[in-house]
Amino acid sequence: MKFQIEDVTVCFPYDHIYPEQYSYMVELKRALDAKGHCLLEMPTGTGKTIALLSLITSYTLSKPQGAIKLIYCTRTVHEMEKTLAELKLLHNYQVKHLGPAAKILAIGLSSRKNLCVNPNVLEANNRDSVDAACRKRTASWVRALSAENPNVETCEFFENYERTASGAVLPPGVYTLQDLRAFGKEKGWCPYFLARHMVQLANVVVYSYQYLLDPKVAGIISKEMQKESVVVFDEAHNIDNVCIEALSVSVRRQTLDGASRNISRIEQEINRFKATDANRLRDEYKRLVNGLALSGNLPGSDSWLSNPALPDDILREAVPGNIRRAEHFLHVLRRLLQYLTVRLDTEDVEKESPISFVASINNQAGIDQKTLKFCYDRLHSLMLTLEITDTDDFLHVQTICDFATLVGTYSRGFSIIIEPFDERMPHIPDPVLQLSCHDASLAIKPVFDRFQSVVITSGTLSPIDLYPRLLNFHPVVSRSFKMSLTRDCICPMVLTRGSDQLPVSTKFDMRSDPGVVRNYGKLLVEMVSIVPDGIVCFFVSYSYMDGIINTWNESGLLKDVLVVGYVSSFHLVFLMILLFQEIMQHKLVFIETQDVVETTLALDNYRRACDCGRGAVFFSVARGKVAEGIDFDRHYGRLVIMFGIPFQYTLSKILLARLEYLRDTFQIKEGDFLTFDALRQAAQCVGRVIRSKADYGMMIFADKRYSRHDKRSKLPGWILSHLRDAHLNLSTDMALHIAREFLRKMAQPYDKTGSSGKKTLLSQEDLEKMDGSGLQERLY
Amino acid sequence: MASGQVSKRVKFKSSVKDPGTPGRLFLTLERLMFKPNSPNSATKLNMEFRFVKNHKYTKEGSNKAPMLNLTSSQGVSYIFEFESYDDLHVCKECVGKALSKTGETPKPIDTSEVPSEQPSTEELLLRMNMLRENGELQKLHMRFVSDGILTEAEFWATRKKLLGGNFSKKSKQRTGLKSFVLSDTKPSTDGRTNKVTFTLTPEIVREVFAEKPAVHQAYLNLVPRKMSERDFWSKYCRAEYLHHAKNANAGAAAAAEAAEDEELALFLKPDDILASETRRKIRCVDPTLDMEADEGDDYTHLPDHGIVRDGSKEITESQHEHYRRTLSQELNRHAAVVLQGTPIDEEQLKDTQSVAEALKLSKQGQNASNEETDMNTNQDRLSRISKMIEIDDLQASSDLPLAPLSIKICDFESRIPRDYFDSQQATALKNSRDTSIGNDPVKRILSAEESYASLRDSISHVKTTGLINPIITPEAAVKVLSNHGLSFLDTLPNTSKEELLYHWTSLQELLRHYWSSYPITTAYLYTKVNDVILLSE
Repeated sequence: MKFQIEDVTVCFPYDHIYPEQYSYMVELKRALDAKGHCLLEMPTGTGKTIALLSLITSYTLSKPQGAIKLIYCTRTVHEMEKTLAELKLLHNYQVKHLGPAAKILAIGLSSRKNLCVNPNVLEANNRDSVDAACRKRTASWVRALSAENPNVETCEFFENYERTASGAVLPPGVYTLQDLRAFGKEKGWCPYFLARHMVQLANVVVYSYQYLLDPKVAGIISKEMQKESVVVFDEAHNIDNVCIEALSVSVRRQTLDGASRNISRIEQEINRFKATDANRLRDEYKRLVNGLALSGNLPGSDSWLSNPALPDDILREAVPGNIRRAEHFLHVLRRLLQYLTVRLDTEDVEKESPISFVASINNQAGIDQKTLKFCYDRLHSLMLTLEITDTDDFLHVQTICDFATLVGTYSRGFSIIIEPFDERMPHIPDPVLQLSCHDASLAIKPVFDRFQSVVITSGTLSPIDLYPRLLNFHPVVSRSFKMSLTRDCICPMVLTRGSDQLPVSTKFDMRSDPGVVRNYGKLLVEMVSIVPDGIVCFFVSYSYMDGIINTWNESGLLKDVLVVGYVSSFHLVFLMILLFQEIMQHKLVFIETQDVVETTLALDNYRRACDCGRGAVFFSVARGKVAEGIDFDRHYGRLVIMFGIPFQYTLSKILLARLEYLRDTFQIKEGDFLTFDALRQAAQCVGRVIRSKADYGMMIFADKRYSRHDKRSKLPGWILSHLRDAHLNLSTDMALHIAREFLRKMAQPYDKTGSSGKKTLLSQEDLEKMDGSGLQERLY
Repeated sequence: MASGQVSKRVKFKSSVKDPGTPGRLFLTLERLMFKPNSPNSATKLNMEFRFVKNHKYTKEGSNKAPMLNLTSSQGVSYIFEFESYDDLHVCKECVGKALSKTGETPKPIDTSEVPSEQPSTEELLLRMNMLRENGELQKLHMRFVSDGILTEAEFWATRKKLLGGNFSKKSKQRTGLKSFVLSDTKPSTDGRTNKVTFTLTPEIVREVFAEKPAVHQAYLNLVPRKMSERDFWSKYCRAEYLHHAKNANAGAAAAAEAAEDEELALFLKPDDILASETRRKIRCVDPTLDMEADEGDDYTHLPDHGIVRDGSKEITESQHEHYRRTLSQELNRHAAVVLQGTPIDEEQLKDTQSVAEALKLSKQGQNASNEETDMNTNQDRLSRISKMIEIDDLQASSDLPLAPLSIKICDFESRIPRDYFDSQQATALKNSRDTSIGNDPVKRILSAEESYASLRDSISHVKTTGLINPIITPEAAVKVLSNHGLSFLDTLPNTSKEELLYHWTSLQELLRHYWSSYPITTAYLYTKVNDVILLSE
């Protein structure tokens, strides 16, 4: 369908549109017109992504004079794939209805690991080895060497790409990672470098957050993006955590040992070069006198992870004299390592601000702040000079330099915390020196400053006024949308008691109480027997999930006995039907583990089990990888049970330091922040059941604390508006009854366009009939 | 008996309650005869076996009299009470033979090349039931088979699916695996001594082998050459016991044990075969949930970057990680195996050896097919992702022009032609509306007479030009048979309607045989085709 929003003709690839999608576009357009930032909360399952993509692409098409680039940031690669697939759908539609003028180039960008097509490089099994294997074949000096010596292996895809030079371009279209690989294979060009090159020219770039937020990566990938870009952070409810993580570094004993080994190797290399090619080191020295702005002149294949912190202007400063010479720099690093080793060797927890830490380095190791600041780039330069390609072996010394640079750059918003052991396992000494960032606005500041519009959007941004404070920006539009529902297709419930009326909770003093564990188990057993297809369970942490699974499996809550009569070689056995077995009687069980590969396969199997009708339960962890980005829509999730409230580990020193910082700087109370953080995670977990208004799903919050107003009210509005008072204090059997009723109701046919006066599905005529402003009033 | 004729003294009854007429029953392969003892009795019987559809008899040992019940194709049943069970058995055999013979008795011209298959009694029963249940089919059968145009076998050959469908339902369906974890062998202790016992059944063994390919491999390698079956399983159970040991450093204990005992280490080590399989599978997972790709893109969590100790990350005792195996992993693996199903039937579950062998065979087959599936997965991935992103209720329902689901149509291919006409009309109407939109709306308002005339025209046209092109244009046919909402059939008088339907079915039956004869490879088929053509004209 096509319709007008003010002066923009929006091309939307479906025949109908939800009213909230329409209002979302209207708000978004306001922000684009004002060239400002915006913050939009819209419930999951209302087609946020497609609304956003349609509006921005249509907006660009309607403004031919100043082409606007869209930089779309997703949290994960699979979300990237999904976004690109939606964009493909949209693009096909637009080209069909608007002609070839609507053609755009859209690409996804990922690491070498996900884009490489060279089978020899792909043999390496982790990301860092793939990167190193690639550098080994594509670094400029390796290629120069191979010109003389044919035995030196290069990458034919890269060579082909280089040979074609500027001729290597992608024709317009939408390219997923898979498409890029296929294209690269077909043409014989390296998809990774091709994509890196095309990023500058593409109309739409989809990549993950860190390509903009993490200065290490952003420095190489995103530094040439033009100001007239619209940056979108989708699923941005965790953006503050991403920001602070991007600037946090920790140092352990292993890091220090590894770094000192690295330094010895670098020293050997230096000596070798001194003997054979002393000029090279002298040239480097000269270059460093002129300033650090060197990476611009490097061939793309030599570029490395960039400086974790440096703003641009610093690049033009000269490198301090005391580290210009390679040997001197190594001495500095050695002294730094020594200092850190001493600091790490402590009995007590220590907390320090960066200023005093830098001062004490200056006193005891004689390294000043400016030197620290340049460590990372000095190392980078040195490794290039020494032609080191196996960068994956040098991660430790990179970490140390990262640390030094960050400490030397930022004087506020950080703290240094040294812990001799983990709180939870005091008997195992494992000292860590952590430089942890508390201020999310530091990492995102360059993005807000550089681009004209930044859109932060998600299904859960409640309370919406907190984000501008955390990220320190001023949105021109900040809105939260409700969901207009045709029928009550979500059914949130708060379960406070088991069937024996005892309260359930994951409060620290209650969580391992056998009664609570049993009641949680019973709840699941009952639900498994009445809910069709997929059920997802979220636990507050891995350790709690493991504990509860083991208890369910072993304690033998139900003592029914089954005789297995068929015995071959051994003895007769009595098998107890355990709680777990009872769950399995109805559905297969899949569990998220900390092993990503295993979890991915488990998820894949889970989907298969739901597809074939066998039904399955997926056990997952709030704040885990699955909760972060996997959808459990349609039959993949008819019920989500959130066992407990996913509070952070409140005794963590880092968290305490962050809370203190938030209180002092932004006047955010500790309790408020913790509840906000826990509830956004919970909302995120349960919010993944709905894909569209034709979909339906139930959500059970199984903890007595959810019934309290201060906790509950932090849930996003679209969940709260469906949470009836009668559903606030349920026991297992009551919840069971409600679930049965709900499922029966959902099975009935209904009118999709919405019946009672309120339209929940708009066609093109509807939109034409009412003009934008009238619509707003009619809807809300 | 030897001459193929059997005669026994029986009582002939028309129903079970009937006291019956005493007499003699003569049975040959072709026909059966009953002669009453008293010559003036009216109850005589002389019929061919091919009119007998069904036979039933009382079981020996039940306290009923030995009786044989023959049902004719008209549905009349003839009951004979024998003097003894021995007599019944003899006759029963004879009847069975005769009945099976009738299937091919009226043999046509070229006997040598008839596709002759001896139908089993079960199949015969099935055919008879079908004829009885379906009047339509019975009529056809009467017309073609009884008149000798088609043989019984030919008639049924075109309906193989019908018979086969019912047939194989019971036998072909594979049973899935139970969701229970069988192999979670809980040791039972007797409480007094430290002895621990495990129990294994072939079912459990199947599960163990399927879930732990390394154990399966080890079994194939070691048993019975290197160690006895018993030793093997003792070792296995010991390893399991170590894994499940409750103490905190289970990993350490396992590591220590493994260091001492080479074979035991086999069970304690992580499964290499499984790992390679995992690597293969991870390449074809749905890209919308590929979290492994995320990891490859995550530069924030370089080692020692990001926030390490804020309590959200878990703590692991890293030392003996190699030997650690969690319950979660086992459950995942179990569920995956259950989902995949088993290639081993219940019958093969005799002993561990045969289970191991069967599994090995099936795996080889699997590996061969893996290569192909890998090729197809990419396409599959793409279609899955596009299914994932669509918002169902925003677009017009993607209704294809399908005939509405009707149970009648589904369950029987020899559907009632009425339905065929009606559904054809519905879809064709839709089509003609689509094609003639804006084209010539008047044309659609043809009256029945007009369209009938058009049909007649085209028929006469065909008569002159011959059957080269499609006989009549489908649009014209539809217009004849449909008159806007009203079925054309309804406008015809009842008798001609029935006649039309009858001809339709007969013609269809003949066409079915006509096409099934292609390619004409034998003389028999040639004559058959000619017959069919003659008849249809």
